[in-house]
Amino acid sequence: MAKHHVSATLNGNAVEYLCETGQTLLEVLRDELQLTGTKEGCGTGDCGACSVTVDGRLVCSCLVLGVEAQGKKIETIEGMAEGASLHPLQRKFLEHAALQCGVCTPGILIAARALLARNPDPTEEEVRFWLAGNLCRCTGYNKIIDAVLDAAREMRGN
Amino acid sequence: MDAKTIKQEEVLKVVGTRPVRPDGVPKVTGLARYGADFALPGMLWGDILRSPHAHARIRGIDTSKARALPGVKAVITSADFPEQKYEFLGPERVAINFWHMTRNIMAREKVLYEGHAVAAVAAINKAVASEALRLIEVDYEPLPHVIDVDAAMQPDAPLLFEDMITRGVEPAPARPSNVSKRIEFKLGDTEAGFAAADEIVELSFKTAPVHQGYIEPHGCLARFDADGQGEIWASSQGHFVVRAYTARLLDMNIGDVLVHPAEIGGGFGGKTVVYIEPVAALLSRKTGHPVKIVMSREDVFKATGPTSGSSMTVKIGVKKNGKIVAADGVFKFQAGAFPGSPVMNATMCGFAPYDIPNVRSVGYDVVCNRPKSAAYRAPGSPISAYAVESTMDAVAARIGLDPLQFRLMNAAKAGTQTAWGPKHAHDGYAETVKALLDHPAYAAPLAKNQGRGVASGFWFNNGGESSATVHITEDGSVAVATGSMDIGGSRASMAMMAAETLGVAYDQVRAIVADTASIGYTHVTGGSRVTFATGIAVVEACNKVIDELCARAAMIWNVGKGEVVWEQGCARFSGQDSGKFEPLSLKAIAAKRAVTGGPIGAEVSVNAGGAAPGFASELCDVEVDPETGSVKILRFIVAQDVGRAIHPSYVEGQMQGGVVQGIGWALNEEYIYDAAGHLLNAGFLDYRVPVASDLPMIEAVLVEVPNPNHPFGVKGAGEANIVPSMAAVANAVANAIGRRLTELPMSPPKVLAAIDSGRRG
Repeated sequence: MAKHHVSATLNGNAVEYLCETGQTLLEVLRDELQLTGTKEGCGTGDCGACSVTVDGRLVCSCLVLGVEAQGKKIETIEGMAEGASLHPLQRKFLEHAALQCGVCTPGILIAARALLARNPDPTEEEVRFWLAGNLCRCTGYNKIIDAVLDAAREMRGN
Repeated sequence: MDAKTIKQEEVLKVVGTRPVRPDGVPKVTGLARYGADFALPGMLWGDILRSPHAHARIRGIDTSKARALPGVKAVITSADFPEQKYEFLGPERVAINFWHMTRNIMAREKVLYEGHAVAAVAAINKAVASEALRLIEVDYEPLPHVIDVDAAMQPDAPLLFEDMITRGVEPAPARPSNVSKRIEFKLGDTEAGFAAADEIVELSFKTAPVHQGYIEPHGCLARFDADGQGEIWASSQGHFVVRAYTARLLDMNIGDVLVHPAEIGGGFGGKTVVYIEPVAALLSRKTGHPVKIVMSREDVFKATGPTSGSSMTVKIGVKKNGKIVAADGVFKFQAGAFPGSPVMNATMCGFAPYDIPNVRSVGYDVVCNRPKSAAYRAPGSPISAYAVESTMDAVAARIGLDPLQFRLMNAAKAGTQTAWGPKHAHDGYAETVKALLDHPAYAAPLAKNQGRGVASGFWFNNGGESSATVHITEDGSVAVATGSMDIGGSRASMAMMAAETLGVAYDQVRAIVADTASIGYTHVTGGSRVTFATGIAVVEACNKVIDELCARAAMIWNVGKGEVVWEQGCARFSGQDSGKFEPLSLKAIAAKRAVTGGPIGAEVSVNAGGAAPGFASELCDVEVDPETGSVKILRFIVAQDVGRAIHPSYVEGQMQGGVVQGIGWALNEEYIYDAAGHLLNAGFLDYRVPVASDLPMIEAVLVEVPNPNHPFGVKGAGEANIVPSMAAVANAVANAIGRRLTELPMSPPKVLAAIDSGRRG
């Protein structure tokens, strides 16, 4: 069967790609567009490592088909920093040692940014529940929570 | 140590600070490349056919239809791998047998667990590879299987290996069994010890196997040429081990295999072995194309790791005053489908925190129809610690002693005899207990349905073979390379130790992990060995470089080498009229390198002895919901002796992460099988690792009793933290509900049943 032609906006840029009907957005990002920053941890929507936003909505890209992105705005980890300037969340993750192996980090950063977009002043408990869909096996989450709360503080300007 | 290593009492400028790791930015921007992130032109996708049976004889494999499928470039089975000699190699504690390893990578006579690899394909894309697997016809003769360790030890149990005679039993048993090995350690006379005891507590326990649960599934890319040489990009805890195992399993020279260290997305012991690298390499050799294999999460659960499940009985005898006089432990471990559970560690570590005159510790390594167990964070020790520390808690309650005071009065210290031979050479355990006793949380009040538990643990830590290079670049900045895979921030700690030794700023030093052709052999990142052993190699290389820098300065000044010293990052003239020469910085000496002898650098390879063990003690407060049996962790404090923390944040991270893995092991995680031996929860939805909303902040208390055998006092940080965690949670639950559960995980139905049995009773 012929591949589908998809036009979308990826990290602010127009993008076109061909994909099979059954290919997930995650596979398209990684295998077709060579954006390997989005990680596959499970392929079943249970670990959050492949988190991206589609039209601002936080999703597991392993549960979205590549063809579903037609006409949509996709944001991945590769678009989080502005040029050489890191997003406050990225900076705070480094300062707080909020990553060890780093493989869950892109997904957690994308999820945390989505949280702060809707709730700029979350409590610790709100951060913990929002990130409950993002597994981290290295850190015990302590420093991730610290980093998100600190980034939120900075982004609020206090 | 070399006389020039930094003395403990000197003020440290870099060690103990918290700079950002050199690999940090690529990891927050998505640019860091892990095992699955590599690609090459002309690359094929590999995929692996796995057994649907827990136990079956392979009568035949027909690959003809798969080979005929357009886009399929190769199909391989075990017939394509050379046979290996049956022999156990290396120290008994970590012995390997390539006859087993090649069979685990690709089943030969039988499949021994659901998910066992039976064939592999390389094809032009994932979809064709997947379709080809469906066309492979395997003729299986299903056999009876056994999952549970106690069942596997029964005389009439189905045998995984019809000719396996238990090792370590004299005289050797006449009949084969699933017991691969029996080991025993003895000290003193336990019979006399128990006879002299005022109180004896004996309890039996079971634990479920749990997976390391690294978020990155195994992934690799291999490229091999017709001349037999090739390269592998793989995420592992030791690229030198990937190289050695791949070469051995494919009958190649080790030097013909080059392994590049990909970033590793978690390992916890589970990536110290190979599963897919030799398969990708063979497929690449057969096709002449690069081949990439990435495991699915289901495959990871069904065919890699986990650590052993167990069945254990522990007996402890004490005097009324609290002095332990005898201890006995029997530890039966599931090895999975091939021998090699960590039961030997378990028998050694279980009673290691204590000074006990009479000890017997017996271990059984038992095969069963599950994936072959792999190392998991302090392999074996958390399992025996769960049994021993739960029993210790019951003993303390029986004689009415505070559980921490009870541990303190029996604490091992330097000079205490171990059951397995040597005497403890280091202090550190008592200090962790005292850290909890001194913590205000230990006296904090508890509410209804809440309980508090404490527990302790021991881990050997390790030294061993490591290599490092230190080069002074043309502008005086410093490049450090080691052979140690960086799994938790070791590039940062290596750069910090180099900066401290050279007397320069952290930012002036860059550390990388070198590939297998660019640096000397380095053993795996495991056993909490890297900051210790590889750290020694880095510091010794820095000292060699300092020697050379002083020689170059002497040449520049035309003075004797003995008149130059290295202080605060500069060569200084120490002869008469010491103000005669301005100190020479790294930059100044590097600028004159060409006229003083050429590039400045050193490589050092060590086999580091003198590792000091890690002890940890932990406090856990829980609240148990009497209606559901659900356990909520309210507070958790881990006090661990790390010797010295080079980068305290990364050490805390190790402690917090280890504890949380222990909490998952205690409360949620287990392998669930149906009657046919199929794993029912091979995914993160049903195999539930702790998530952020399950947990409070984990408080890490760094105890630092320096190791005199390391230039900065390092003992190791990665593993001791998980050892006490399950027992700490179990003791807290017992305290909360007034009854002791003796089986992990303490999932809500089990806790509720225990509460209900109390209500009825």
